[in-house]
Amino acid sequence: MKMKVLSGAAALGLIAGSASAEGRLSIYHWFEYIPQEILDKFTAETGIEVTMDTYDSNEALLANLKAGKLGSYDVAVPGDYMVAIMKNEGMLDMIADGELANVSNVEDKWMNVAFDPGRKHSIPYQWGSTSFMVNRDVYSGDIRTTDIIFNPPEVLKGRINVLDNPAETLVLASMHLGIPQCTTDRDQLQALDDLVQGAKAYWASFNSESAKDVLVSGDVAAGMIYNGFGQKARLEGANVEYAYPRQGYIVWMDNVVLLKDAPNRANAIMFMDFLLEPENAAAVTNFARYTSGVKGVGPFLDPELKTSPEQNPPADAPAGSFIKVCDEAAQKVYDQIWTRLKQ
Amino acid sequence: MPTVSAAFAPLRNWLMAPSWLIVGFFLVLPVLLMLVYSFLTKEFRGGVIWEPTLAAYDQFLFDRGLFGDAPPRLQWAYIQIFFRSITQAAGATFFCLIIGFPTAYFIATRADNAKVVWLFLVTVPYWVNLLIRTVSMKFLIRDNGPLNEGLTALGLIDAPVQLINTNVAVQLGLFYSYLPFMVLPIYAAVERYNFALSEAASDLYAPKWIILRRILIPVVMPGIVAGCILVFVPSLGAFLAPDLLGGAKTFMIGSLIDEQFKGNAGNWPFGAAAAMILLLLVLIVLTLYARSQSRSKV
Repeated sequence: MKMKVLSGAAALGLIAGSASAEGRLSIYHWFEYIPQEILDKFTAETGIEVTMDTYDSNEALLANLKAGKLGSYDVAVPGDYMVAIMKNEGMLDMIADGELANVSNVEDKWMNVAFDPGRKHSIPYQWGSTSFMVNRDVYSGDIRTTDIIFNPPEVLKGRINVLDNPAETLVLASMHLGIPQCTTDRDQLQALDDLVQGAKAYWASFNSESAKDVLVSGDVAAGMIYNGFGQKARLEGANVEYAYPRQGYIVWMDNVVLLKDAPNRANAIMFMDFLLEPENAAAVTNFARYTSGVKGVGPFLDPELKTSPEQNPPADAPAGSFIKVCDEAAQKVYDQIWTRLKQ
Repeated sequence: MPTVSAAFAPLRNWLMAPSWLIVGFFLVLPVLLMLVYSFLTKEFRGGVIWEPTLAAYDQFLFDRGLFGDAPPRLQWAYIQIFFRSITQAAGATFFCLIIGFPTAYFIATRADNAKVVWLFLVTVPYWVNLLIRTVSMKFLIRDNGPLNEGLTALGLIDAPVQLINTNVAVQLGLFYSYLPFMVLPIYAAVERYNFALSEAASDLYAPKWIILRRILIPVVMPGIVAGCILVFVPSLGAFLAPDLLGGAKTFMIGSLIDEQFKGNAGNWPFGAAAAMILLLLVLIVLTLYARSQSRSKV
């Protein structure tokens, strides 16, 4: 904390001395997702003063922007499906051709993505997967199945955490049943409702922000988690293993977007270019333990990431799926299932 | 005194202005805003469309099934959530009273300089943010936390007692969060209590129990009621303790409303309607209390 105050004071001094002309940059970001050193480095290179607020879910980001925060931030970092939603809501500004000097650093497979074809509004930040981890001291059997969460072995019953986020938890449940996302088939939706209603008896808690903490502390023996967050749990000493279930798992990508009515649009573009530098993208990856979508990060990466079981699915693992954006009719039923689940 | 207040009389309205401003700006305006929003049409993914509708209240009262087209039945889900929250809040109030009353009495009957120390000790934990206190409670009561390990080491239990993610943990969290709100008003009341009354009763051979029940409690009743209200009302809307200690497995009123604004559902009118219904319930309770007070004075 003291360190932060000091670096904040240093940044302020810098502004007062040299940078008042260069101006500011206002970031709206996930909690614990960018290292302070990277922000300090950006300020040192450009003289731009950075301020950052954080949120804890894609939905909270959308809600706060809708409630009047649009126009006070320059960039935000929504996940894939939320980029599509925000684009439909008209919350994103267009990045003109040639505006980003480093756009050629984006990995080819992440250029033409379904949620933002041609990268008109966004650049990759980090990508990863969502499935679950199991404490191997408690259960040593097969964990590459979604049965672990929805039809668990006896020793795991009552010791499971799921993410407190309907999008992720209900999509994993759909994969368990083998039904498509955003389905409007009544039998399938009814089956989904029955499944989670029944499985709730096996779950100890609904927790997203402390998904790692509950695994490390041993409050639960299995829990849904993002792969990088899960790696942090393992590095903190818990004997937990990340699973790539055969039924499928969620793949996601977080993206830096240029917000509509950004007060410092030019600085936002500079920041995006800065994050597309391989060295800086690698620094974020080394901190967050996910995977960057930028070319040439290899030499700067923590060597452990290249072989870690969380980042490297086994050869026979299926491809993961992105979360789809449902239309209003389908979404209404999913909301209803979630409310019934927690009533 | 009348001369002084007469001197201020012309200024009266101006002197009242800050109060009116605060009441208007921080109380009336937000509540009116919520009232209006609760009658508007929900926009998909948050926000409202400016078309009046009763849909939010309809959703609260009627269950139309998973797909929204079954014949309407009385909706128990939200009544259950309200009932659960009210029970939790009542429990927290009860335990705060049971512990808070003797504590307040104890402090009020110490010597003056000791009182200051005791009051200080009661309030010290509350200098720390509520979130941090709730999280640290979680550390204390988890399966391999100090409480369970201590009890195991003492040989009192064989296996850890499951506390975390239970209603007991939520009760504990609410109790701990709001205890001073019970202790302080009761302390203030007991402090003003004239102990000569107890002595007089004792001289007339009243047993201790009767003195407590017939004299002390009626005299300090306003403090007890104030404490109960101060604990009950915030407990009713609490969502930190239920989420962090109870595992967020079931909605409380607070988390239900929170979910409507922040969560996937994004149903602002329904969140506003639930908040209005909660407000109405609290107002009814407080009005009933005020009635009974004014009647007992007459």
